[in-house]
Amino acid sequence: MTANAPMPEPALRVRDLQVAYGTPRGSLQAVDGVSFDLAPGESLGIVGESGCGKSSMGRGLMQLLPPGAAVGGSVLLNGEELIGVDAGRLRRARGEDIAMVFQEPMTRLDPLMRVSKHFVEAIRAHRPEVSKADARQMGRDILAQMGIPPTRADNYPHEFSGGMRQRIMIALGIVLQPTVIIADEPTTALDVIVEAQILDLLDRLRTDENVGLLLITHNLGLVAETCDRVAVMYAGRIVEIGPVVDVFANPRHPYTQGLLRSVISIETTKLVSIDGTPPDLVDPPAGCRFAPRCAQAFGDCTTVDPVLADVDVGHRAACLLQTGSYPQRMGVTA
Amino acid sequence: MAAPERPPAPAAPVAVAPSRRELIRGRIDHTFKPWRKANPMARRLVIVGVLMTSVFAVLALLPSVVAPYAEDQYRYIAGTTDNPDGGEARVDCVAVGCEQLPRREAPSSAHPFGTTSARFDVMSRIVHGSRVAFAIVILSTGLAMGIGVPLGLWSGYRGGKVDRILVTLMDAVYVIPGLLLAIIVAFVLQQYFDPGLASATVAVGVVYVPQYYRVIRNHTLSVKEEPFVEAARAIGASPRTIVTRYVFFNVVQSVPVIFTLNAADAVLTLAGLGFLGYGVPFPQAEWGLDVSQALSDVVAGFWWTAFFPGMAIMLLVTGLTLIGEGLNDIVNPLLRLKGFKGKVPARARTNAQTAGGAAEPSDGAGQ
Amino acid sequence: MAGAGRGSSMRSYVLGRLAFAPIFLFLLLTLLFVLLRVMPGDPVQAALGDRLSAEQLDARRAASGLDDPILVQYGRYLAEVVRGDFGEAVTDPRPVTQIIVDRFPATFELTMVAMILAVGIGIVVGAVGARFRDGPLDVGGRLFGIVIYAAPVFWLGILAQLLFANRWGLLPTGNRISARISYESPTGFFLLDGILTRDWTFFTTALRHLVLPAATLGLVISGVFIRMVRVNMLQTLRADYVEAAHGRGVSERRVLFNHAFRNALVPVVTIMGLQFALLLGGAILTETTFSWPGLGSALVEFINARDYAAVQGIVTFFAVMVVLVSVLIDILNGLIDPRVRY
Repeated sequence: MTANAPMPEPALRVRDLQVAYGTPRGSLQAVDGVSFDLAPGESLGIVGESGCGKSSMGRGLMQLLPPGAAVGGSVLLNGEELIGVDAGRLRRARGEDIAMVFQEPMTRLDPLMRVSKHFVEAIRAHRPEVSKADARQMGRDILAQMGIPPTRADNYPHEFSGGMRQRIMIALGIVLQPTVIIADEPTTALDVIVEAQILDLLDRLRTDENVGLLLITHNLGLVAETCDRVAVMYAGRIVEIGPVVDVFANPRHPYTQGLLRSVISIETTKLVSIDGTPPDLVDPPAGCRFAPRCAQAFGDCTTVDPVLADVDVGHRAACLLQTGSYPQRMGVTA
Repeated sequence: MAAPERPPAPAAPVAVAPSRRELIRGRIDHTFKPWRKANPMARRLVIVGVLMTSVFAVLALLPSVVAPYAEDQYRYIAGTTDNPDGGEARVDCVAVGCEQLPRREAPSSAHPFGTTSARFDVMSRIVHGSRVAFAIVILSTGLAMGIGVPLGLWSGYRGGKVDRILVTLMDAVYVIPGLLLAIIVAFVLQQYFDPGLASATVAVGVVYVPQYYRVIRNHTLSVKEEPFVEAARAIGASPRTIVTRYVFFNVVQSVPVIFTLNAADAVLTLAGLGFLGYGVPFPQAEWGLDVSQALSDVVAGFWWTAFFPGMAIMLLVTGLTLIGEGLNDIVNPLLRLKGFKGKVPARARTNAQTAGGAAEPSDGAGQ
Repeated sequence: MAGAGRGSSMRSYVLGRLAFAPIFLFLLLTLLFVLLRVMPGDPVQAALGDRLSAEQLDARRAASGLDDPILVQYGRYLAEVVRGDFGEAVTDPRPVTQIIVDRFPATFELTMVAMILAVGIGIVVGAVGARFRDGPLDVGGRLFGIVIYAAPVFWLGILAQLLFANRWGLLPTGNRISARISYESPTGFFLLDGILTRDWTFFTTALRHLVLPAATLGLVISGVFIRMVRVNMLQTLRADYVEAAHGRGVSERRVLFNHAFRNALVPVVTIMGLQFALLLGGAILTETTFSWPGLGSALVEFINARDYAAVQGIVTFFAVMVVLVSVLIDILNGLIDPRVRY
C-alpha cells in the first residue's frame, strides 16, 4: 500500500446531523450540526456530560426517536443516505446495516419471549427466506460466540443476569453482520468485571469482523482504553475530535481540559469539577455555548460561535483560542 | 492582533433568605405546577367534569330554587305550586281548594320531565335526589376516609402484627363485591335503625374503607423509607409527630384522585341500593329508587319516569369520573413529548462554514 | 436443565397459591358470619313470625340450632361450608344447597357471556385508542368507556327492554326461557344443553333471552376494560424492549402485536379476576331487572323474605366463588407470564 493509496470509503459519514424534540416550551435542539466520519473497523468514542446530546445523536442516527421529534442533516451509511429514506428501507437498514446496543440490558428484551425467539424474529425480519430452525441455529451460534451456552438459548430473559443480557443484546445486534454498531453506554449498568468482558467482546468484533463502533459514554477511561478516536460533545455539538492519544494528551478545548481534570484516579487528592450547568437547548445563548462556564473566555466568546478547526493532524477543536475557529476566517492559512 | 481581553471573574452570589410572601407564592406555584405542565386533554377532562358536577351541586344546594315542587308533593294549592302538606301550617284543602298533580303525564311545559304514577313531578324528584346523592356520597366517602386514612397511616407506619391483621381484614372486606357488602350492611342496620340517610351512608361508606386504607398504607410504606423521615427520627421526633407532620402531607396527595373516583362509584352503589329498595325509603327522592318505581311504567310504555332519574345518575357519575380521570392524567402523567410539527429548521452553521475550506471534515479513516 | 424447569415450577407455584387460599377464605367466612349474625332479634321470628304459632316457631328455632351458643353456631357454619351443605332454608322447602344448584347456572351463563363481551370490547377499543393516542378514536373510545360505565346497569336494562322488546319487539323482555317451550336441561346450562340435545329451538330461544341481559351487563363492565387496556398498551408501547425491537428492524406491525399488545394483555387476566366481584354486583341488579332466575335475584328474594339461612348460604357461596376465581386467575397468570413462576 503506497502513501498515495486512496482512503477507504467511510462506513458512516455524518454531516450536520440535527435532532430536535418538541416540548411545551418550544423545539429543543438536542443535536445541532454534528459531523464526523467512521471508517470500517474503527472505533470512535463520543463523550460528554449528561444532556450533551450524545444519546440523542445515537438515536438520531438510527432515527429511533419519540413522536414529536425531528431529525435532519445527512447520514450516509456505506454511501447510502438514511435521512429522509422511506420507512421500509429504514426498517431494513436497522439491524442489518446499522445496529444499536442500549444502556439498560435488563429491560431491553421482551419478558414474554424466549431469547431464541428474539433471534428468530430479528433474523426473519430481514431474511424471511431463512427457516425458523436455521434462524434458531444462527442464534445459538452467535450466543456461543458471546459465551452463552446453546442450552440456555431457549430460556426467558429474566433467567439471565445483567451482563449476560447485555451479551445477548450485542449478539442480537451483530447476528446480521451490520457495518456499524452504536453502543450507547453499554456498560454503565454493569459491574466493572463484566464491563471489561463486554468491551473485550466489542473490540474483538471490530478487529475480527471489521465492524465500525460508535461508543457513546461519559466514561473517559473507557474511551482511552478502547477507542481509536474520540469526539467530545457539548450542548449538542462536537467541540473537539481527534485521535484518542492526541486529544487526551493535548486537549485544546477548555471543556475537554475540564473533563480530563475531573477524572478521578488513585493519585487524585482534590475533586475538580466544572462549575455551572449546560445551556438551555430550547433557547441557546449566542456565541460559544461553553463560554458561561469557561475560565478562559474572553470578549468575542459571547458573540462569535466557533467552528471546528484543525489544531493538528486529524485533531480539530472549536474554540476561539484557535484563530482558525473564527467562521469568517475560512480558507485563510495561519 | 491585540491580545484578547479577559473579563474580570464574576463576584460570588450573595444568598438572601426568601420573604414570607415569596414562600407562600412558591407553595402555591408548586401546587399548581402539575396543572400547568399537564397536557390540554387532561385539563379539558377536569374542566368538563367540574362543570357537569357543579350543575348537580347547584341543584343539591338550592333545591327549592330550582324545583317547583317538593319531593313527595302530589297536590298543590290552586293558583300556586305550594305544597299544602308541607311546612308547619298544614293547609285545609277543603277550604282553600287544592289541585292534584296529573298522574303519569308526559313531559310538558308545566312538567318538563313529566309526572310519576304517584303524581310526583319528575323534575323535582331529580333535583331533590341530587341533594340526597351529594349528601350521602360526601358523608359516606368522608366516613370511609375518616376510617381508612388514619388506619392506613398507622398500619403502614407501625407495621408488625397489627399491620398484618389489618391488611388481611381489609383484603377480606375488599374481596366482597361492593354492592353485596352494601346490601348486607344495609340489611343488618335495618334491624337496629329505621332505614334512612344514616343507614344508607354507613352501608355505602363501609364499601370504600379498604381502598383508602390500602392506598394510604402503601404510600406510607414507601414514604417511611425516605431520608427525611429517617432524619426526623434521628432528631428524636415522636412517631405521632412524624406521622402527622411529615408523612401525612406527603401521603395525602394521593387522596384527591381516589376520592373523585370513589365518589363516582359511591353514587352508583347508592343507586343500586336504592333500586333494590335498601337505600333511603320511599317517598324520599333517590334516583335509583325512582327507577325501580318506574318499572311498571315501562311495561305500560311510559318512558319518562325511568329515563330521567337514570340519566341523572349517568351524568353525575360521568362528571365525577371525568374529574378523576383528568386529575389522574395530571398527577401521574404517562410521560410524553408532543407538539413539535414541521421540519427541523435549517441552521446558519452550514457545511460551508467549517474552517479549512473543504466542505467535508475529513477526520479521515483509521490511522 | 432449562426445559425440565418449566413443568415443576408451575406445579409448585399452583400448590403455593392453593395453600394460601383456605386461610384467607377462613378469615372471610368469619367476617361474613360476624356480619350476618350481628343482628339482634330472632331470624326465625322475622321470617315466619306471622305465619306460624309460637310453639311452631320455638320448634323451628331449636331445629335450626339457633338456641345454641354463638360459638357452636360458628363452628357449625364452618363445617357446613366445608361439606358444601348450607342447611335448610326457612321460607323455602328446598335445602339451601339445592337452591344454589338450581339457580347458579343462570347466573353463570349471564356473567360468562357478559365478561366475554366486556373483555372483547375493552381490548379492541382500548388497543385502538392507545395506538392512535389522543386522536378522535382514542378520545371517543375513552369517553364511551366512561359514559357507559356511568350508566346504571338497571337503567340501561330498562331502556333496552323499552326499545328492543316493547317498541321493536325484537327480543323478549325478560326471563330465561319462554314458558311455551318444553325442553330438557340435564346440566342446567341452557346453551350447553341446547347443543348437547341438538334441540335448536331450545338453543335459539335461550340465546334470545340471554342477549339483552348479557349485552347490558357486558357493555357496562367494558368501560373498566377499555380504560385498563388503553393504559397498559400506552405503557408497553413506550417500553424499552419495544424500542429495542424497532432498533433491530422488526416491522411496525409485528412490534405492535407480538410485543406491545401481548405484554399489555398480561394484566388483563388479573383485571378480569378483580372485576369478577364487580360482575357479581352487576349480576344482582341485572337479574332483578330482567327477571332472570339466577342467584342474584334469588338473594334479593330471600333478603326480602328475611330468610337468614338462604341469605347466609348464598352470600357465603358468592364469597367462596370470588376467592376461587382469584386463585384461578393467579394460576392463569403463572401460565401466561413466566416471570411469575420462578
